[in-house]
Amino acid sequence: MLIRRPPDIKPSEITPRGLYLDRRRFMLAAGALILLPGAAGAALRFDGAVKTRWGEGLDVTSVEDATSYNNFVELGSDKSSPKRNAAALVTRPWSVTVEGECLKPGALGVEDLLAPHPLEERIYRLRCVEGWSMVIPWVGVPLGRVLQRFEPTSRAKWVEFTTLHDPQRLPGQRRAVLDWPYVEGLRIDEATHPLSLLAVGMYGDELPAQNGAPLRLVVPWKYGFKSIKSIVRIRFSETRPKTTWNIAQPDEYGFWANVNPEVDHPRWSQKKERRIGQFFKIKTDMFNGYASEVAHLYAGMDLARDF
Amino acid sequence: MVGPRRPDWAKRGLFALCLVPLAWLAFDVANGALGANPIEAVNRRLGDWAIRLLLISLAVTPLRQAFHWPRLARLRRMLGLFAFFYVALHVTSYLVLDQFFDWPEIWADVVKRKYMTFGMLAFTLLLPLAITSTDAMVKRLGGARWRRLHRLVYPAAVLAVLHHFFLVKVDTTEPLLYGLVLAVLLGWRVAKIKTTSKSVA
Repeated sequence: MLIRRPPDIKPSEITPRGLYLDRRRFMLAAGALILLPGAAGAALRFDGAVKTRWGEGLDVTSVEDATSYNNFVELGSDKSSPKRNAAALVTRPWSVTVEGECLKPGALGVEDLLAPHPLEERIYRLRCVEGWSMVIPWVGVPLGRVLQRFEPTSRAKWVEFTTLHDPQRLPGQRRAVLDWPYVEGLRIDEATHPLSLLAVGMYGDELPAQNGAPLRLVVPWKYGFKSIKSIVRIRFSETRPKTTWNIAQPDEYGFWANVNPEVDHPRWSQKKERRIGQFFKIKTDMFNGYASEVAHLYAGMDLARDF
Repeated sequence: MVGPRRPDWAKRGLFALCLVPLAWLAFDVANGALGANPIEAVNRRLGDWAIRLLLISLAVTPLRQAFHWPRLARLRRMLGLFAFFYVALHVTSYLVLDQFFDWPEIWADVVKRKYMTFGMLAFTLLLPLAITSTDAMVKRLGGARWRRLHRLVYPAAVLAVLHHFFLVKVDTTEPLLYGLVLAVLLGWRVAKIKTTSKSVA
């Protein structure tokens, strides 16, 4: 099926192709140096991922910034500690359980979960609820295609995702700053939307631990905390999942968490964002710039109330 | 005999010491060592040192009295002024680096966000204290009035700690630690007033 989308980016914003390719090559090389110490120059694991047109012309955030400025409380409560504590998170082997309202539940290794699907590279904007943003080239497969294989029933109205709960491998869980394990959720039409990605890599290589290895969600029109990391369980359910940040501070972190410049976070405005690597703040776009693709999902909803 | 011109090495050393956090920050800026979001890092670092120096300056009097160390008093003004110096830099970094003079946004922030209201209020309370810190001003106001005015530092410190506390998302260890230190420093003063009034009576 051919889905026609209006262009994401104005022609004037598009970086010349030559420059863009050079930068990509540089980024990938730099990524290799950082992600694979001692193996500089080795082939990237996901070099063969199918390139897509998402994010063409967007200025990709440096791999150094994207892998050193992370919110992953399970690996440390400030931005720099997840990278420091990354070694604790051993990701092999890694099994994912799919259960709930579906005909073919099961537990399978992360490789088998993704094996039937061609990997794609998608360059998405990532907007954090804290007011900063990045542009990240993810590698993964559309979540909807993976979910289909488990044959969700008509009762599967929601999808719940759970992060690994293991204080040995995720030492941040030794402190009860949040109600572990981390749980996030989507409505089924959000989960099966073509933009929703189940990612195993970024910058052409495997996800580093601090970015949610080995398997994470990427929902680019929602605030970053919806894009749950290090997933071990996917559950189809008839009722709306209870999600971690929403439980912790319901007035600050809504279940929907759609990027919305009109609805302030109680402690700060969401009108603008600081794109990492740039000095001046930029305007935040409705649904993080993906409104033409996702706005119809929320037709008739009061987004100020259901934030 | 101690002549008036003899250099006060403790004072000079403290002056240099108080500049170390700023020098360290400048070094990190120059070396790009502040990570992916350097503006946030500059702002946070300045704010951290503002609170720390504010608490240190509030510790002078309790330490002086507890250890019968009268010469400590001469360092108090410098510490207080350095605390204000870091507060002013912290506020400036917010206005310039973070918001880049977006006055409507800044105003909305201060009015709508509790932690911003507290922070700006703390800054406003400290401003007259910095202005009246000179010997001439002490003379002009008279000791009693000057001391009364400078009690504003107590609400300012409480507001500063709350400002930090309400900003933090999950790990409240550091603001709670500052809160504890402040509680001890203010509690000590309250206890002192009580025992003094008792002994007078």
